[in-house]
Amino acid sequence: MLLIRCPWCGEREEREFHYGGDAAVKTPPVEADDRTWAHFLYWRHNPAGPFTERWVHNLGCRRWFIAVRDTTTHQISATWPFGANPEGSG
Amino acid sequence: MAIAPTGPGRPVALTSGSLSLASDGPVHPNEHAGHNPDFLWRNPEPRAAYDVVIVGGGLHGLSTAYHLAARHGITNVAVVERAWLGNGNAVRNTTVIRSNYLRDESAALYEHCLTLWETFAEALDYDILFSQRGILQLEHHRSEVRDGHRRIASNLLNGIDAEWLDLDDLARFCPILNLSPDVRYPVRGAALQRRGGIARHDAVVFALARAANRLGVDLIQNCEVTGFEKVGDRVTGVITTRGRIGAGRVGIVGAGRTPLLAAMAGFEVPIQSSPLQALVSEIVEPVLPCVIMSSAVHVYISQAHKGELVMGAGRDPYTSYAQRGSFHVLEDQMAAVLELFPIFSRIHLLRTWAGIVDVSPDASPIIGTTPIRELFVNCGWGTGGFKATPGAGWLLAHTIATGTPHALNAPFSLERFETGALIDEHGAAAVAH
Repeated sequence: MLLIRCPWCGEREEREFHYGGDAAVKTPPVEADDRTWAHFLYWRHNPAGPFTERWVHNLGCRRWFIAVRDTTTHQISATWPFGANPEGSG
Repeated sequence: MAIAPTGPGRPVALTSGSLSLASDGPVHPNEHAGHNPDFLWRNPEPRAAYDVVIVGGGLHGLSTAYHLAARHGITNVAVVERAWLGNGNAVRNTTVIRSNYLRDESAALYEHCLTLWETFAEALDYDILFSQRGILQLEHHRSEVRDGHRRIASNLLNGIDAEWLDLDDLARFCPILNLSPDVRYPVRGAALQRRGGIARHDAVVFALARAANRLGVDLIQNCEVTGFEKVGDRVTGVITTRGRIGAGRVGIVGAGRTPLLAAMAGFEVPIQSSPLQALVSEIVEPVLPCVIMSSAVHVYISQAHKGELVMGAGRDPYTSYAQRGSFHVLEDQMAAVLELFPIFSRIHLLRTWAGIVDVSPDASPIIGTTPIRELFVNCGWGTGGFKATPGAGWLLAHTIATGTPHALNAPFSLERFETGALIDEHGAAAVAH
């Protein structure tokens, strides 16, 4: 089981969390073409290595946050609240 | 019957004991000679170029190569595999075979696969222990009972065998199933496909590899694809850890690693790769006569020919390439098993593992062309690719050989995610995703 550091509650077991997937999904403008909308709806990043993703602490504080997890090792290197990325995005 | 040495590249021998369980297939091809062969396929050096290169030596890749040679006469074919044959999902799946899907497109696709399974052992001249022992989808809620009847009606309209078992029928069909009303989610009935069942997955690997090899296909192990060679928008070869291999056409059959391969080739697939865990118990006497699935308590279970109970359930939620998952997922599976089968409470767990499954947005596969000319893809089978082994290879081989999809796989195009013509099988097909 993963140990995940909630930015508000600290380290808790994975069972308390729900996975939210790719954190880089951006809503396209309404005038975007079908291909762009298809990518918004169905295409998600799926890298082998560090992956920036969303989790929610649904059995704890019920707040969403961002985690960077390596998909080849499951190591979580950082978590931060939405909008608090030290590098500026997410 | 002697036991063959089991060094690298040598399959474990079928013992006479396991053969005696196989009542409905041909005998092992070497039974008459009284020994197993030293090898079932050559281990060739890659040639400079092939008519077709298949990327991925799992079951679907081997099946594609076999069908290219056997059905289309295209024998100048290589299968390149990054590890070894009989690795990865080919031997990590839980061997369930069925065709009772809800949508018309899926029903036609999976029924084609099941029909091929019914003659696969003869076609490959190898005993794959295909056993049509029946597959039960248990229904615990009133809504599930309605869904079960709807699915049965849909299956029957599509010419697929399906029937409803009430509690009395169930007690006769699977006597050890707990039908007590005094559990959290009592069983209310089940949908049964009698033609569903299991096969021995590693025997299918051996059978396909042997058959493809005999037809002239080069099976190249320890050969990882690191890039694709293109001229304009047309693929002309693959770059591998064993050098460049030219190719007239290329098929990507990479399961969970397909997104990585597609990115190398210059296109994207809407696939999420996740761990799916499975486990087996110690070996016990024959006690479970069918395959059982339950979405409500969430587990599926069957008994392998050798005697282990084989179990699985939902995938871990996060994306991964690590071939392992979280322990609480297994705990939940075991709780479900014990609710259905209290008789199993003292059976020991022997092994657990995970495979990386390639789940598409509508839980249906992608088989067809790609934005790159002469490059084809088969992926997105998610948690249920084993059952499609004969048909997926048959259809991808047809698509590669003719350059256009067969009517059966035309609906399963990559373009459907842009056109909106999805084939939604999330939960609708008794699939426990």
